[in-house]
Amino acid sequence: MEAFGLLLHGFTVLLTGKTLLLMMVGLVLGIFVGVLPGLGGPNGVAILLPLTFTMDPTSAIVMLSCIYWGALFGGAITSILFNIPGEAWSVATTFDGYPMAQQGRAAEALTAAFTSSFIGSLCAVLLITFLAPMISSFALRFGPPEFFAVYLLTFCSFVGLGREDKHKTIISMALGLLLTGIGMDTISGQLRMTFGSTDLLRGINFLVAVIGLFGISEILLTMEERLALRGHAAAISLRVILSVWKDLPKYWVTLLRSSFIGCWLGITPGGAIAASFMGYNLAKRFSKEPDSFGKGRIEGVFAPETAAHASGTAALLPMLALGIPGSGTAAILLGGLMVWGLNPGPLLFVEHKDFVWGLIASMYLGNVVGLVLVLSTVPIFASILRVPFAAIAPMIVVSCAIGAYAIQNAMFDIWLMLLFGVVGYVFKKISIPLAPFTLALVLGSRAEDAFRQSMIGSGGDLGVFWSNGLVGSITTLALVLLFWPVIDKAFSRVGQMLRPAKA
Amino acid sequence: MSTTDTEIVVEDPTAPEGDSPSVASTRSVDVVVSILLFALACVLGFDNWRTGMSWDASGPQAGYFPFYLCVILGAASLYGIFAALRNRGEASETFVTRAQLRRVLQVFVPTLLFCIAMQFLGLYVASFLLTAGFMRLVGRIAWWKSLLTAFIFTAAMFITFDIAFDVIMPKGPLEAAFGY
Repeated sequence: MEAFGLLLHGFTVLLTGKTLLLMMVGLVLGIFVGVLPGLGGPNGVAILLPLTFTMDPTSAIVMLSCIYWGALFGGAITSILFNIPGEAWSVATTFDGYPMAQQGRAAEALTAAFTSSFIGSLCAVLLITFLAPMISSFALRFGPPEFFAVYLLTFCSFVGLGREDKHKTIISMALGLLLTGIGMDTISGQLRMTFGSTDLLRGINFLVAVIGLFGISEILLTMEERLALRGHAAAISLRVILSVWKDLPKYWVTLLRSSFIGCWLGITPGGAIAASFMGYNLAKRFSKEPDSFGKGRIEGVFAPETAAHASGTAALLPMLALGIPGSGTAAILLGGLMVWGLNPGPLLFVEHKDFVWGLIASMYLGNVVGLVLVLSTVPIFASILRVPFAAIAPMIVVSCAIGAYAIQNAMFDIWLMLLFGVVGYVFKKISIPLAPFTLALVLGSRAEDAFRQSMIGSGGDLGVFWSNGLVGSITTLALVLLFWPVIDKAFSRVGQMLRPAKA
Repeated sequence: MSTTDTEIVVEDPTAPEGDSPSVASTRSVDVVVSILLFALACVLGFDNWRTGMSWDASGPQAGYFPFYLCVILGAASLYGIFAALRNRGEASETFVTRAQLRRVLQVFVPTLLFCIAMQFLGLYVASFLLTAGFMRLVGRIAWWKSLLTAFIFTAAMFITFDIAFDVIMPKGPLEAAFGY
């Protein structure tokens, strides 16, 4: 078991006082961000990223991933106590979680949510531990055409499988890809789309865009709503925890099913939302008493939480192994890696063993520590909601500004951040999805490089993307996914035509 | 109801009214954004065409990849204009009501002023003003609470970034007076 030995090594990297302290700080900040209205995983990571600029990469990623775990845990608190889902994927948790809180079983619901998130993440981390090294060693054989094909697959699956209007997904993606092209062209050294501006020469920094898109725009969106809220406070006693845990084995089928769904959907981009609903619906369908769902059934908390967290964690698998983020937050973490001078992708497992295994070990440890922390401190965090938003909003704005400025020490970036804030606000309101935009921004220049290198290699022949079995099947799969809605419709039409013929 | 079940209640004194008139429909914003995106695609596309969007001996020129992206973006946003015009659902949907717009501007304008002030006063003084002013004027929180919170927050930021983590932020006359 090579992976196991490396994992143990990862733990030794991790078990220093400083890293553990950073872990705790990250978790607390993450839960804080998760509990605050309007902020969630990607926003938290984006806003707090600048804190990590001066750290070494391992400490930085440990802290950031802990912010992410913390935010995931924190999201459950508001869903259950206040019926306010912090993220789209906690919507399904409110179905049964809030009724439980209304019945005075908030502590039980919270324990169930935290425990099942823990189980979901654990399954996904186990998957990462054993699968990621295999995938990355396989991917080491990839040349530029294979990489471009994989990027194409990612983009196409967003367009083909996304629920938004297709043209809006395409707009968002093309715009993101275009923005990465601004500045100096890495291959020819020519300037592109700078229009003589020296500020644009550096290009548009991914993190500046993300801070604007997820930080500033979220503040604008949150302010639109009535921010008064009313909810239940809860303290979790050891007795409740133990009684929930004692019943846990009864729900092993639900937990296992949701973990599986989560891991599967997490690896494909943008899957966490789908995973949580699917976990919930399947638990309902296979239940002996489906009518009791939605009225405060504990299984209705277990199922979506496990699936959402399994998929949130599994989203890191393609990021580590291939350099392709499976979710918005993973994309931001990926941007962080590049700030610290690490090149995400299969080589990471070879060149930065300490870093990768430290990160994977931190996923285990972070989840255990997070579970204990969150179970013991829920009342404190729930009371954060007493702080009026008018006090929190300016602080978030300031943190965003610090973040945007710190990346390149440029005032221009502050203006860019503001611009992206407005763009994000408008895009969200006319339902242009931001996830493909983020993904395109982070992958854009590498996708272009891969494309051009393969073109240079083949002398301009597009046939290079079908030159061997591997790259050919990835490219074909990408095109199939791109036109999936059309193909799906065609199939069902053919099916309809055949059925009457048979009858 | 168990004994631990105390309620948490937070009020929002300046919340937007629910029955405020609509400023714009989602459809009209959608159309305008699509037109702007189309214009952007044209401008960037022209620039890339000028850079060179064809092939030379060493493969695609610098403008090749972005040029075709502009074509895709342009086509998608052109489609978007017509799709939005045909969309009845969006036409009846409110993009933003007047009260909501006022609230959004209540954050956006101070943020804009903050960014301007930051260049002259430095980040920390500007953030003190933003926090205190915002809490007082938008949140209707007592003056002393606003000032105290703003001071503690700004000081904490200064200590975290400037002293502990060595992240250099723009500074103004006040920091200079203290020798930073």
